[in-house]
Amino acid sequence: MDQYTLNLIFVGGSFALYIGIAIWARAGTTAEFYAAGRGVHPVLNGMATAADWMSAASFISMAGLIAAVGYGNSTFLMGWTGGYVLLALLLAPYLRKFGKFTVPEFIGDRFYSQKARMVAVVSLIVISVTYVIGQMTGAGVAFSRFLEVQSDTGLYIASAIVFVYAVLGGMKGITYTQVAQYCVLIIAYTIPAIFISLQLTGNPIPGLGLFGTHLESGLPLLTKLDQVVTELGFAQYTTLNTSMFNMFLFTLSLMIGTAGLPHVIIRFFTVPKVSDARWSAGWALVFISLLYLSAPAVGAMARLNVISTIYPQGTQSEAVLYEERPQWMRNWEVTGLLKFEDKNGDGRIQFYNDKNEGFTATATERGWAGSEFTYNNDILVLANPEIAQLPGWVIALIAAGGLAAALSTAAGLLLAISSAISHDLIKSYLNPNISEKGELLAARISMAGAIAVATWLGLNPPGFAAQTVALAFGLAAATIFPSLMMGIFSKRVNSMGATLGMLAGLVVTCAYLFTYLGMFFIPGTNLLENTASNFLFGIPPASFGPIGALINFGVAYVVSMMTAQPPQDVQDLVESIRVPKGAGSASNH
Amino acid sequence: MADKSSSNAYWSANIRIITVCMVIWFVASFGLGILLRPMLSGIAVGGTDLGFWFAQQGSILVFLGLIFFYAWKMNKVDAEHGVEE
Repeated sequence: MDQYTLNLIFVGGSFALYIGIAIWARAGTTAEFYAAGRGVHPVLNGMATAADWMSAASFISMAGLIAAVGYGNSTFLMGWTGGYVLLALLLAPYLRKFGKFTVPEFIGDRFYSQKARMVAVVSLIVISVTYVIGQMTGAGVAFSRFLEVQSDTGLYIASAIVFVYAVLGGMKGITYTQVAQYCVLIIAYTIPAIFISLQLTGNPIPGLGLFGTHLESGLPLLTKLDQVVTELGFAQYTTLNTSMFNMFLFTLSLMIGTAGLPHVIIRFFTVPKVSDARWSAGWALVFISLLYLSAPAVGAMARLNVISTIYPQGTQSEAVLYEERPQWMRNWEVTGLLKFEDKNGDGRIQFYNDKNEGFTATATERGWAGSEFTYNNDILVLANPEIAQLPGWVIALIAAGGLAAALSTAAGLLLAISSAISHDLIKSYLNPNISEKGELLAARISMAGAIAVATWLGLNPPGFAAQTVALAFGLAAATIFPSLMMGIFSKRVNSMGATLGMLAGLVVTCAYLFTYLGMFFIPGTNLLENTASNFLFGIPPASFGPIGALINFGVAYVVSMMTAQPPQDVQDLVESIRVPKGAGSASNH
Repeated sequence: MADKSSSNAYWSANIRIITVCMVIWFVASFGLGILLRPMLSGIAVGGTDLGFWFAQQGSILVFLGLIFFYAWKMNKVDAEHGVEE
């Protein structure tokens, strides 16, 4: 059977499964649509949370990012997992006890203010829409590579599938599809990782293999990797090549941002009890770690594999002849994600760091005229099975896994958007007398609308798509996280304080990003050049989240202290969310 | 709701546990994985040092331990103060 047919079977099979689940898990009430009727087992919710959280970025891009830099990009590993500790200890149990449906709803009730609720709605929509663009384009790319359809056609197929299970099933449909999608994506990630680790180190557990011995050379794997990359003029893999301050701040920014992402927070509304919310956060991290503990190994091993493919006799010997390059390189050359240009005309593929001036002498001496090989970091995961010469069905599995990762995250984001519109805007603001049936219909229409917008943005991705991820994490850290935390841990922070705090976090964060990345990310409109010497206290825009959070905390505290304390019923509300007793089932007011 | 003094005792017990967990959270990631790495460079782990291991594996394992510890401990504390579900 040829590769194309295999891909079609695996991707088609997984889609049939998702549709089947959607039909089985239809939502009949708003409680089911928003919170899956609060009947999701904590382990299953953990699995769904893992799929919700692990996007195309985690599945496809993260290992490649780590491989490119080494130790310095451990920020992604610590940041994207450490946020779950914040979620589990500081937010999830209390928000579950609160027992409503959306993040803005908590902010509106706790700070007894429609204004605060609307600021939260705006932040939520900006964060989630920004985030969903990447998922839709990711799905489109995966379709075009593995199913050889146009990227646009791929996007329409992806939207149609999400439409079926998200509009029909709401949170209930999304939850159970995410459970299935988690299984698909983790199997797809782990199988090639195990094989590649076995081939290189003889250890079947990638996370252990990373610190094991490289079989071929007898050296520790990381020593071998350090050796070959430095021989090609690249920076050492295991050392820090940026500043410790940057690494610290960026990790903190990812952690706080993760804990403030609305689509992750609302997953904890679906479990039956407060104690389940605590356990569920733990299970979510178990399922996330299965991928995150393997990812650094996949990155390091794939990078070593790429270099040994190009220098089969070692980096001190001649590079491989272009005509003798392996099949996987030929396959990926077609996609344009991997390129070769014979600059010195010797028919061999020399690959080295031509930006390193200290290495120019060595390169000239060896007759090299610039690095002739470039690859997109994403192919380290996507081409992993081919590099490790695994059978065709493993490649098909990667295709299904990448799509599962993108679709599961997209669905979670779309639910966060649509519930903010139907529940926080329509039900609470525009038409409070709407019936249960009417709200459910409004929720479905909002979902369909959100999918249409996401598809349009996926088809016409704004040129700044990559930049806006900094915006999503920055805003989550500067607005949602501090407000939720203060709402739970302080009885003193009042309506005025919280609203102004959130606005200050929102405005200052946007202003800082726009200063360096352009007004609304339009190229050329930045006030200062995006270079380290211009940054305020040396803080890069992508790491601004913790500063925005501090501003929010500070403004909220000072303003609250200068104005009246919250009314007694709000203080009682805070008392009640702090104790698990009396959580009860879905409350539909 | 339980009476005021017992719910205060419950809340301060919770804050104490959270504080201890957050200190460990910070030390395992920002401490051992980033800031203290230069001091740990003498401890070799598979071709590199302990700080690298904490940054790419250890911190995640510590996070896992922390969340499960917190869930287990709080269930006990809930019961001790009579505020369990």
